[in-house]
Amino acid sequence: MAAILHIRDLTKQFGGLTAVDAVSFGVPEGGIVGLIGPNGAGKTTIFNLITGVYRPTSGSIEFGDRSIVGLEPFRIADMGITRTFQNIRLFKNLSVFDNVLTACHLNANYSFADAILRLPRFRAQEKGLMAKAENLLGIMGLLGYKDLIANNLPYGLQRRLEIVRALALNPTLLLLDEPAAGMNPDETEQLMRLIVRIRDDFKLSVLVIEHHMDLIMGVCEHIIVLNFGEKIAEGSADEVSKNPQVIEAYLGTSGEAANA
Amino acid sequence: MDWTYIQGILMLAGINMIAVLGLSLLTGFTGLFSFGHAGFMAIGAYVGAWISASPASTPAGLGLPFILAIVGGGAAAGAVSYFIGRISLNLKGDYFCIATLGFGEAIRLIFNNVNRFGGARGWPGVPSKSTFLAILIADIVAVLFLANLVKSRHGRNMIAVREEELAAQIAGINVFKYKMISLIISAVYAGVAGVFFAHYMTFIQPKMFSLTKSTELTIIVIFGGLGSISGSVLGALVLTALPEVLRAFEIWRLVFYGAAVILIMVSRPKGLMGGMELTPSGIRKVAAERKALREAKAKLLAETPGGEGD
Repeated sequence: MAAILHIRDLTKQFGGLTAVDAVSFGVPEGGIVGLIGPNGAGKTTIFNLITGVYRPTSGSIEFGDRSIVGLEPFRIADMGITRTFQNIRLFKNLSVFDNVLTACHLNANYSFADAILRLPRFRAQEKGLMAKAENLLGIMGLLGYKDLIANNLPYGLQRRLEIVRALALNPTLLLLDEPAAGMNPDETEQLMRLIVRIRDDFKLSVLVIEHHMDLIMGVCEHIIVLNFGEKIAEGSADEVSKNPQVIEAYLGTSGEAANA
Repeated sequence: MDWTYIQGILMLAGINMIAVLGLSLLTGFTGLFSFGHAGFMAIGAYVGAWISASPASTPAGLGLPFILAIVGGGAAAGAVSYFIGRISLNLKGDYFCIATLGFGEAIRLIFNNVNRFGGARGWPGVPSKSTFLAILIADIVAVLFLANLVKSRHGRNMIAVREEELAAQIAGINVFKYKMISLIISAVYAGVAGVFFAHYMTFIQPKMFSLTKSTELTIIVIFGGLGSISGSVLGALVLTALPEVLRAFEIWRLVFYGAAVILIMVSRPKGLMGGMELTPSGIRKVAAERKALREAKAKLLAETPGGEGD
């Protein structure tokens, strides 16, 4: 399968600290790839590098066949990469509907003059945006909450709303940063089904950071393991879980385990 | 109280309202605080005065029609704001605020020292052109422009910047561009307000555009409620009229003014309107939000063990 995202020798240093050290991997088109590793392994930093929040110290990131290194975050979003955040970042004081409607903006191109003079182009496109937002909320089962202020939404649904907001941008690559954080096993189970459904229905690729191993093992076709900024293993769930280096990174060496 | 007196207060409130509406877009909808908008008012006032004052007066003007003064004053303030924005909009939150404060004071000091425009003694020859009708029309245009802007994708993008800048970036919003547009529009509003102010007072002086004036504008926006156009309109009317109503207290007037503002902010921390709009659709929206909250709470209670199952 052709890779939609290609990362080669990606390195990010913060002063003397190397947060990401010469990491290379790819995300195949239509694939669900898991990015795992202990806290501080550099997972979120990689997300920040892909989405343009940080600039890499060296290395390349190619999306499709274009390099996206050095582009501003909004341009990268425009090209079709979007993400959710580890600590939820919704437009808290806006309604659920307005959160999604705002993110739908790339589907319209009416100008300031169209908006201020309320020209036909504004009316037609605005109607389209509303319909799209409503449709997305319907598909994702949030329509019943559409008038609720996002901040008042139960936690699990806030995470789901963040995913809906990301989908409003018509992404081809969706980055999920610990989508199951703080969820109970039941909610995690639902989320797993949701991720697979999104991939199939919206025809996109997913890169997911997660600590819930059931989720990673359950939905990811390919897993990349990081430790201290370096890639230590990569492969299917089975391969990765049997890799001695991975076991060591997560559980410590047998010597440490005996001391504990 | 005769009509001329009331009309005078209303005109002053209407002039303030123009500046406040612009600042409302910047502060209330885009989330950027400014303590320098009196500077943009000053630019509008001086450029406007220069365009419309008679060539025979001292300082000499161009003697052109009032409408050109409005356009010129607004455009000059907008142009200056573009350069200010280029250098300061990359600064984070509070630092931008400090930069605007410095800008406002710098503008005042520049006019204080430029003798061509009358220096600290001021400019006495500004024609009296700000009529009640002209101010009313300007206010209506200002409100409609802003309301239509805010309820469009462009306005929503600005609100997204206010709510969560990083998420706005990731949602494909060019944060810098929208901050810049918001700043320019707010500066044009302040500039136009300055033109009307100059042609209402018929005399302008740099000290009219001090930090106190900038603060007054920001207080009105917060008092009216961030993110509410109706709040800014009400705020401008109430807070411009209040010092006049309090004239009976003579030297204690400003103490009562301060106390009144504090009292209202304590009882309504989100300002008079607090994000609500006094329009049919605005009221419907708030009603829908309250209903949704009630329903969500009921649903949550029904789902918790021990509650009634659904």
